[in-house]
Amino acid sequence: MIRFIYLQNRQGKTRLAKYYVPLEDSEKRKLEYEVHRLVVNRDPKLTNFLEFRTHKIIYRRYAGLFFSLCVDMNDNELSYLEAIHLFVEILDHFFQNVCELDLVFNFHKVYLIMDEFILGGELQETSKKVILDRLAELDKAE
Amino acid sequence: MSLRLRELIRSVRSCKTAAEERAVIAKECATIRTAFKENDVQYRHRNVAKLLFIHMLGYPTHFGQMECLKLIAATTFPEKRIGYLGLMLMLDERQEVLMLVTNSLKNDLCHKNQYIAGLALCALGNIASAEMARDLAPEVEKLMSNSHAYVRKKAALCTIRIMKKVPELTETFYEAASRLIRDRHHGVLVGAMQLILDICLTNGPSAIAEFRSKVPDLVRIMKSLVLSGFTPDHDIGGLTDPFLQVKTLRLLRILGQGDATASDQMSDILAQVATNVEGNKNAGNAVLYECVQTIMGVESIGGLRVLAINILGRFLSNRDNNIRYVALNMLAKVVAVDTQAVQRHRSTIVDCVKDSDVSIRRRALDLVYALVNASNITTLTKELLEYLMVSDVEFKPDLTNKICALVQRFAPDKRWHIDTLIQVMDQAGGYVKDEQSRALIVLISNAPELQPYTVRRLYSVLTQSHPQRALLIVGVWCLGEYGDMLLLDGLLEDEEPVAATEASVVRLLETLLKEPMEETLIKEMLLTCTVKLSSRFPNSSPQIKAILEQYQGSISLEVQQRACEYSRLFVHEAIRPALLENMPPLNEDLTASGRANISMEGGSVDAPESPVAAATSPIPAAISPSGQVPPTQPASPQLVDLLDMNVVDEPAAPAMNAPAPAVDLLADLLGDGVAPPAPMPAAGTYPPPTSPLSAPSPADWTDISPALHVHSSALD
Repeated sequence: MIRFIYLQNRQGKTRLAKYYVPLEDSEKRKLEYEVHRLVVNRDPKLTNFLEFRTHKIIYRRYAGLFFSLCVDMNDNELSYLEAIHLFVEILDHFFQNVCELDLVFNFHKVYLIMDEFILGGELQETSKKVILDRLAELDKAE
Repeated sequence: MSLRLRELIRSVRSCKTAAEERAVIAKECATIRTAFKENDVQYRHRNVAKLLFIHMLGYPTHFGQMECLKLIAATTFPEKRIGYLGLMLMLDERQEVLMLVTNSLKNDLCHKNQYIAGLALCALGNIASAEMARDLAPEVEKLMSNSHAYVRKKAALCTIRIMKKVPELTETFYEAASRLIRDRHHGVLVGAMQLILDICLTNGPSAIAEFRSKVPDLVRIMKSLVLSGFTPDHDIGGLTDPFLQVKTLRLLRILGQGDATASDQMSDILAQVATNVEGNKNAGNAVLYECVQTIMGVESIGGLRVLAINILGRFLSNRDNNIRYVALNMLAKVVAVDTQAVQRHRSTIVDCVKDSDVSIRRRALDLVYALVNASNITTLTKELLEYLMVSDVEFKPDLTNKICALVQRFAPDKRWHIDTLIQVMDQAGGYVKDEQSRALIVLISNAPELQPYTVRRLYSVLTQSHPQRALLIVGVWCLGEYGDMLLLDGLLEDEEPVAATEASVVRLLETLLKEPMEETLIKEMLLTCTVKLSSRFPNSSPQIKAILEQYQGSISLEVQQRACEYSRLFVHEAIRPALLENMPPLNEDLTASGRANISMEGGSVDAPESPVAAATSPIPAAISPSGQVPPTQPASPQLVDLLDMNVVDEPAAPAMNAPAPAVDLLADLLGDGVAPPAPMPAAGTYPPPTSPLSAPSPADWTDISPALHVHSSALD
């Protein structure tokens, strides 16, 4: 199960955070800081997995943005790595060449996309097309 | 007219200082507050959206919670959407306010618009509390058979949340879950697999038995995924829906565990996946990895297991670190089941220990520990020692102690054992635990043929500058016990000669004593060692006496006391050699047993009806040198027993020469209020498990005093 998802830039600004477990605000800040510190200076040649307290961080870097998932120890790391990529592809399609600013100005849309992709910390939909079609319909409903 | 969300974001971004940003936020919050107070309906969702942005920046936004609830209760989709988003971001299951939303949620769950039902399911699945879960479970269960796949897949995942909050409801979902795996929509299937996985985790064997009948269905799903051609909607890296494949394989693993029939049903498809899926892309490797786990987890036939191990072998030689990491991870799980298979990849694994990636290093090390056995200990230890020299500081303590433990367990012969441990202590002595030093000392004391060799090795290592702590402990103890052997001839083969003389050994001790050391323990041991050498090196005894006297004024009480007591020994020349006799071989079992054990056995000494216990206890040995008196006078039966044992252990020659004065002096010593503690500890024969090498602390002293009383009264 995914515990939380972060989208952070190199400077350590958290552009998006989604928690699937209840945490205190102070704890959230601390986690954001710690996860950022762990991923930001890692050599790209190293693994995309980090053992973090009792869980694992699966992260992937896209230009200046880090996508980090906190998952259980015995989850399939490679599968989550692929999930991050799928999520980024969806964002890229939706925003047509996504950049960090898109995420800032459309944070509510990003949450919407995330809610179509993951629910309760579990993968909900695996087809990029299904999600994009759905988002188009939802946009129409606005 | 209120600011638009985009404008707010822009104005916050244009702020140059934190103070400026705070001012903008404060102004906007005030406007939003007023709007809320005036019950502005038209811009409510825009205001809440702005508030969410402010919330993301980390400012307090509690005043918006009620507005979210109002938005959820509104009728249009855009309003509800922002309301639910706010609910999920600003609240979690622990807030009381959440109860207020239960009714709106119930209405929305039953809404005929699938998107609105979807919003409600999403919110429920993300933040439901136990009460909400209980209240809304029937609605969610109904939605699992909704006509829209969009609602069904959300309902399936929402059910997981409900189950986690209210585990006793789990059984009610069995039927719906079984129905869902016959769905054709991939999203629903992914949710269904996860749901059944969680049901099996929550309800254990009973649920697993229930769902085992679904194995053929799962196999059919897997088959269609693996054999289907290109499917544009679900294709990732040339595979059809690898996510669904991974989930299905995982579920198969849970269902096949410990059940031969189910395992048999899935063996064909597992073999197909293992042979057909290509490992040149991450998606393919994710499926292969899951497949290997399943093969190793269920009751597979040998051929399938070989296939799985070979896949892991391929992973290990992959250039991608991620793949190597999962391979090591998996091998670590396999090693308990099938060590032989993993042994074949030993050299690759050892290479991973030196990898630059800490995640890989750690995994590889764990694996190496598991792989060590009596036949490969020498080569693997060599590798580990090489790594110890270059490893990070954070790694060293763990690594050092693991090496010690492995050497202890698998050492092929004593000389190698001693050599390796000395090498470890020389490189990382600061990290070696005291038990390890003690174990080495026990080993040395039980290997009389290697004592000259060991003491020569230790002497040469100690003469190098700044020996490490553990090495000091062992080295000093051995010098004290076997220092005289340094001067003997008879080198072992391929051993370098050591140039040591009485004077050089004493000088070494003197230098070591002078070194500023953090621990008085080492100083205490050095003093004991020095005094012991006075009987081994009679010619140097004046110097030794002088060294001891230097420390009579030490600021450490323990050091001072020892120095005084040991100096005092020189007055009683007749019994000094006897007091400073070699220790008998230490009892190897005692290293393992704890202190409690000792005091128990010690207690039995003064219980006359248990001579056997007394004979096996460490106490008799403790009495021996100080009581080197042969039973010339009548003694109680158990004492005779004790002394008999001593005679067997070591010829009491020195004491034999002067039995009468010994008794007198002993009485003298015992009668003296100050002196008694000294001789016993100085003899160093009572082996307290914590530090066999140093004199017992006052606490230890009380332990052995009953034994002493028995002894002295017997002598009278």
